[in-house]
Amino acid sequence: MNNMEWETVIGLEIHTQLATTSKIFSGAATRYGAEPNTQACAVDLGLPGVLPVLNAEVVRMAAKFGLATHSTVAPRSVFARKNYFYPDLPKGYQISQYELPIVHDGYLDIELEDGTSKRIGITRAHLEEDAGKSLHEDFHGMTGIDLNRAGTPLLEIVSEPDMRSAQEAVAYMKKVHALVRYLGISDGNMQEGSFRCDANVSVRPRGQAEFGTRSELKNINSFRFVEQAINYEVERQIMVIEGGGKVVQETRLFDPQKQETRAMRSKEEANDYRYFPDPDLLPVEIDAAFIEAVRAGLPELPDARKARFIEQYELSAYDAAVLTAARELADYYEAAVAAAGGQGKLTANWVMGDLSAALNRDDRDIAESPVSAQALGELLQRISDGTISGKLAKQVFEAMWNGAGSADEVIDRQGLKQISDSSAIEGIIDEVLSRSAKQIEQYRGGQDKVFGYFVGQVMKATQGKANPQQVNELLKQKLDQS
Amino acid sequence: MYRRGLTELAVGLRAGDFSSVELTRACLDRVGRHDAALNCFITVTEAQALEAAHAADARLRAGDAGPLTGIPFAHKDIFCTKGVKTSCGSRMLDNFPAPYDATVTRRLQDAGAVMIGKTNMDEFAMGSSNETSYYGPVKNPWDLARVPGGSSGGSAAAVAARLVPAATGTDTGGSIRQPAALCGITGLKPTYGRVSRYGMIAFASSLDQGGTFTRSAGDAALLLAAMAGFDERDSTSVDRPVDDYPARLDAPLTGLRIGLPQEYFGAGLDTGVGAAIEAALAEYAKLGATLVDISLPNTRLAVPAYYVVAPAECSSNLSRFDGVRFGYRVEDPRDLTDLYTRSRGEGFGAEVKRRILIGTYALSAGYYDAYYLKAQQVRRLIRDDFLRAFEQVDVIMGPTTPSPAFRLGEKADDPVSMYLSDIYTIAANLAGLPALSIPAGFVDGLPVGLHVVGGYFTEAQLLNTGHRYQQVTDWHALIPAGYE
Repeated sequence: MNNMEWETVIGLEIHTQLATTSKIFSGAATRYGAEPNTQACAVDLGLPGVLPVLNAEVVRMAAKFGLATHSTVAPRSVFARKNYFYPDLPKGYQISQYELPIVHDGYLDIELEDGTSKRIGITRAHLEEDAGKSLHEDFHGMTGIDLNRAGTPLLEIVSEPDMRSAQEAVAYMKKVHALVRYLGISDGNMQEGSFRCDANVSVRPRGQAEFGTRSELKNINSFRFVEQAINYEVERQIMVIEGGGKVVQETRLFDPQKQETRAMRSKEEANDYRYFPDPDLLPVEIDAAFIEAVRAGLPELPDARKARFIEQYELSAYDAAVLTAARELADYYEAAVAAAGGQGKLTANWVMGDLSAALNRDDRDIAESPVSAQALGELLQRISDGTISGKLAKQVFEAMWNGAGSADEVIDRQGLKQISDSSAIEGIIDEVLSRSAKQIEQYRGGQDKVFGYFVGQVMKATQGKANPQQVNELLKQKLDQS
Repeated sequence: MYRRGLTELAVGLRAGDFSSVELTRACLDRVGRHDAALNCFITVTEAQALEAAHAADARLRAGDAGPLTGIPFAHKDIFCTKGVKTSCGSRMLDNFPAPYDATVTRRLQDAGAVMIGKTNMDEFAMGSSNETSYYGPVKNPWDLARVPGGSSGGSAAAVAARLVPAATGTDTGGSIRQPAALCGITGLKPTYGRVSRYGMIAFASSLDQGGTFTRSAGDAALLLAAMAGFDERDSTSVDRPVDDYPARLDAPLTGLRIGLPQEYFGAGLDTGVGAAIEAALAEYAKLGATLVDISLPNTRLAVPAYYVVAPAECSSNLSRFDGVRFGYRVEDPRDLTDLYTRSRGEGFGAEVKRRILIGTYALSAGYYDAYYLKAQQVRRLIRDDFLRAFEQVDVIMGPTTPSPAFRLGEKADDPVSMYLSDIYTIAANLAGLPALSIPAGFVDGLPVGLHVVGGYFTEAQLLNTGHRYQQVTDWHALIPAGYE
């Protein structure tokens, strides 16, 4: 196998659950984790005679996504029925959009590892309802159906086949993930299935214009799995072709345990969904005033915010990208900078350093940080005003993380305030020098290294609280006198 | 008491001439006496009816009564009624007590009307003779050997036989107007979107519309006033004020321009029916109307287009009947496919299956453009025909059906001939227009219906047109022998 001879082509279909409080076509709640079938009303159950009524909020959310991806938000889009039988699909059809989606023809730029950026086309994004869940455990040879999720609003975002590696696919997926969270249209929770994707993967000999036969990898719900699934699938396809075989168009499932994809159904077995416009719903008509109102309500988007961070806080492109990758992190950073009274670079170092490390260690989200942005800002202020050294600040931060109170409280309680009174420091230096005749001799004999010994002794005597700069200066003065 | 129409009964109830309980008992007695022969009812809700009648009497005494308070009526068994079996004429829903009320059900309840039962119908409203019902055919009270029409045959026959003064129905291709014509009563299909479809079990969603069966246009005005109006639960219902139908009934017809499409008076029309319609038109001329010859050139495309659109939508609408959550479910299914195929195979009757198959085919990949899309284009042509005609005329008239009631079994094995019995009514559904059928004479002792189609939301004008005719004729007042 020679990957140099083959080019990978990837397109993603991302299903993102919209963060509405009620369902797309009914008033039932969308809360995750409720008892089975307690959040399914007559409409969600598909009872005879019920009718769908479109939740206006989902239209607003889809329009936000469209504007944020430089897409056309269609003045007229149409809901269609996708017909197939499945036990957790109550009506025997899914209401989706087919020929006329609400969003089409846009793009997102992703950053590649080599620092360049690449434009990924967005073919379309359409609204649809989610199905319920089949529960195969605990029913002794039978299947339980939970329709709580039935009717949950989804935005399916279909990309152009513009990605050429698993890494690019992950970068794109992360970009979309950050965007929907920035826009506040999805919680992006991948464990709960709020953000998942299907990957269309094919390979072709480098230089060939037409695409190879693709397979569709279904329902992948983590960035890591997307990368693994695509890499496995690419190797599998290359092996098939190099072994003289042909890739068949089919749907495959990724098994994260075995790290492989398995055939689910071939194109011939695929359903004929018999799409047709849903006669129960009117076309969705959107006018310019609506679009302008949505545009006016858009938050600052990741790319714009990154540019502003570089400019306003004098951050490197790398730092700005890390800090703006998630809206919550960027919000935290800006609040901390404000509380610290400026100090963009120092704050960035702390947020990306000690704070991120602590969050990772305790497996917490930024929203769950025990140290608030305000509290961190106050701590950073104590560094910049010389109250404590950067080294001691780490100790204070740990105490704050463990609930010991504000930076000032910790500093007071633990007596960590830096000693910057030169007469006090001088006294300690005199005391140290008085019992170090031998070392003084060595130093004056030209052994400069011994200077560190004196510093260490002074810091030891002050439990690290002496202002290191002052210690250095005063020591030098004393030793170089005489 | 049972001889009186809804309007008269409303006056009597308010005057205290009789109570709603007395009236309701009288209707229940009529049902008890005649329904074994007619088979109009799938369910009679005697206890609930008497309870509702008591409540209505209390409202009447308290002076808190509207025109329908205390009036007994029947619902076509397609409207969901909470806690009451809602079968849609199918084995599939024989075990289905609806867990909620349709909007129409609730509106009539709020108006104080007293439901005495649910009427028989063609299975899932698919049929023109009431012979496809799981509960057996309904008989036409004018001749028990003949069909009452369909699909709302039970409602039509019940009103014609004076079992109830009024009943609800639904009309997808003529399912109110055709049985009204064959049973000699007044049937109104409102504009698509005028009456909420929420809780009305769907056959073909873009064509279905709830409406009324009454003895007169005046009665229909009272019933429709309670049923009509915007419903936020139905996205296709139209948010526009409901006209005061009763207030418009008496307007003179002087200057009314009646369009007579040449396509409705040609080959295939029974000569007796044709003569009755001519006589009715002459009556309208006497009332001051002008008769105008017009053309609806795409008329011949209506039936073929309908038999693509309606089955296509039904094939999708009926997918929810899968044996999983409600309705008929086979014992001990071997696997999922077995559960689906046997539940549906045994739960649905032959006509329903025929239409599901036709519709599935019409929507299939490779056929969609040729059938469904083409049929939708034809719909626009048909609507445009009407819109052009209404630039010239106020209403369009013709026969409701090509012939009077046919014999039970006569067309049961000939679906195409059956489908053609809706040839004059289907176009109004395809265009979404309101249409009325009123009694206009007899052929060999069987009623003939006059069909009146109006522009969008002209129900008030249609009812006015019907009412003025009924002031000078008594076809609508005739009662079939044995039911006087």
